[in-house]
Amino acid sequence: MDQLQLSEMVEKYLRGELSGAEKVAFEEMRMKDPELDQMVVEYHAFLDQIENYGAIRRFKSTLYDTHQTLQEDGLIKELRIRGSARIVNLWSRYRRVVTVAASIAGITALLISGMITVFSPKTPLRDIEELRRKVSSLEKQSSTQRVELNKFKNKIEPGASVKFGGTGFIIDPKGYMVTSAHVLKDAKKVYVQNQDGEDFLAEIIHLDASSDIALLKINDLDFKATKQLPYGFAKTSTDLSAPVYTLGYPKDEIVYNEGYLSAKSGLDGDTLSYQLAISANPGNSGGPVLNKNGEVIGILNARQASANGVVFATKSKNIYSLLESIKDAESPEHIRIHNASSIKKVDRMQQVKKVQDYVYMVKVVLN
Amino acid sequence: MTITDHEKAVFKAIGVNDKDAIESVYKDNFSLIQHFVLYNNGNEDDARDIFQEAMIVLFEKSKSPDFVLTCQIKTYLYSVCRRLWLKKLHQNRKIESQIENFDQIVPVEDDLEEHEKLNKQYLIMRTAMGKIGEPCKSLIEAFYVHHKNMHEIAEFFGYTNADNAKNQKYKCLVRLKKLFFAQYKNA
Repeated sequence: MDQLQLSEMVEKYLRGELSGAEKVAFEEMRMKDPELDQMVVEYHAFLDQIENYGAIRRFKSTLYDTHQTLQEDGLIKELRIRGSARIVNLWSRYRRVVTVAASIAGITALLISGMITVFSPKTPLRDIEELRRKVSSLEKQSSTQRVELNKFKNKIEPGASVKFGGTGFIIDPKGYMVTSAHVLKDAKKVYVQNQDGEDFLAEIIHLDASSDIALLKINDLDFKATKQLPYGFAKTSTDLSAPVYTLGYPKDEIVYNEGYLSAKSGLDGDTLSYQLAISANPGNSGGPVLNKNGEVIGILNARQASANGVVFATKSKNIYSLLESIKDAESPEHIRIHNASSIKKVDRMQQVKKVQDYVYMVKVVLN
Repeated sequence: MTITDHEKAVFKAIGVNDKDAIESVYKDNFSLIQHFVLYNNGNEDDARDIFQEAMIVLFEKSKSPDFVLTCQIKTYLYSVCRRLWLKKLHQNRKIESQIENFDQIVPVEDDLEEHEKLNKQYLIMRTAMGKIGEPCKSLIEAFYVHHKNMHEIAEFFGYTNADNAKNQKYKCLVRLKKLFFAQYKNA
């Protein structure tokens, strides 16, 4: 009997699907063979776990549907406390705490400033500044060292072949991000790295080949939910010749590029994509394409044709439809994206400064 | 307070993922919990998360042969939500002593300890599922989550016959098992 047949037999046995005679024969085998017995025990525990997992997934999906239905029928309502009422409420509740805290803070501030003047060594300030500059320039130089340091943190197992796959960006502060689906081809493990060189393990939630979008969730204890996203997601089509820019990781450091929208459809009239005139390299795949208002209009997927400087991006509308399609089944957790950008009125440099914290390098481990 | 037979039947039905039972409990209790969370420093997303987690606790308890419901579902749900929310507030280092009570409560600490254990196992399995990659993940889920049979699976994933699909499922399962136990034994 080979392993496959054996495991099938064990599964049948545990589900009570064996006939009387088969069952007796199997139990006899199990008595004689402690290895088989061990396998049955382990299999049992494992199957229970999968069954439980399945049951909870099904239950969560029912809960999700129920919530939607009841809300649509007006039988439950999601209430919001209005901003001002809430603040007044908090203020009246915590007034005493705040007053005490404020006075303590005041006293502490006085004490500390006093102590600083008394105890601080009389070194010239310039030295300190120089030292700081050195550290930061070192950090920039040694991107390879940075990767090695991360290995010590034991996130990426030694010997694993990391392919610097592409770029991804956060769409929900809880740690959901999108990248291009083709970046994750054959992925066994996915890590994402932020600007500071910190690695986080990410889980593939959903892959959609037709729009070339992958949804990832950062699944790492070291990851903390981000602040509210600075950018929004455009729901409508963008106009021809609109200036756009992108951020990505074609090398080990984040890179900015700008260009314009050159056609409203992609390769061979593909209506899911835009055509852009922008300079981009393979690692740019999965990076956000933003317009001047700081709205994400697409995800760059760098499908370069034979022509030079012709780049394609899948439209941001596709992110909305992807989230809609997986709502019930894949992730009962609520993923919310919105179209309002909070960086509409600031200049490009300030926008980029805000956005870059939400753009990650996506690293794919193949073995 | 005695529990009516109807209440008992609803509780049982929740354990088998009965849509009508879930809907009636959801409809009767969600607003109360939402009110509670909103008035204790939460937002509508928190309310929904907390309520749905409490529903999962109810689901687990309904399936467990050792558990006997000794109070009304409403009271039980409220007690669980209250406890879960207190814990969350505590984690976020918000002040907890002034939490407002709306209703009577029953002790649920032990139940929640059990729930936490199950939830941890669920998360380990979810992580392992995330790591096996496609098409393994979809294949395993089609079989164990959505209860599709091997013929349907073969057709959907484009395998020539059910035996091929079975073979593939076996390979995926071996990988999943390895990944799962690697985490499970550490935990």
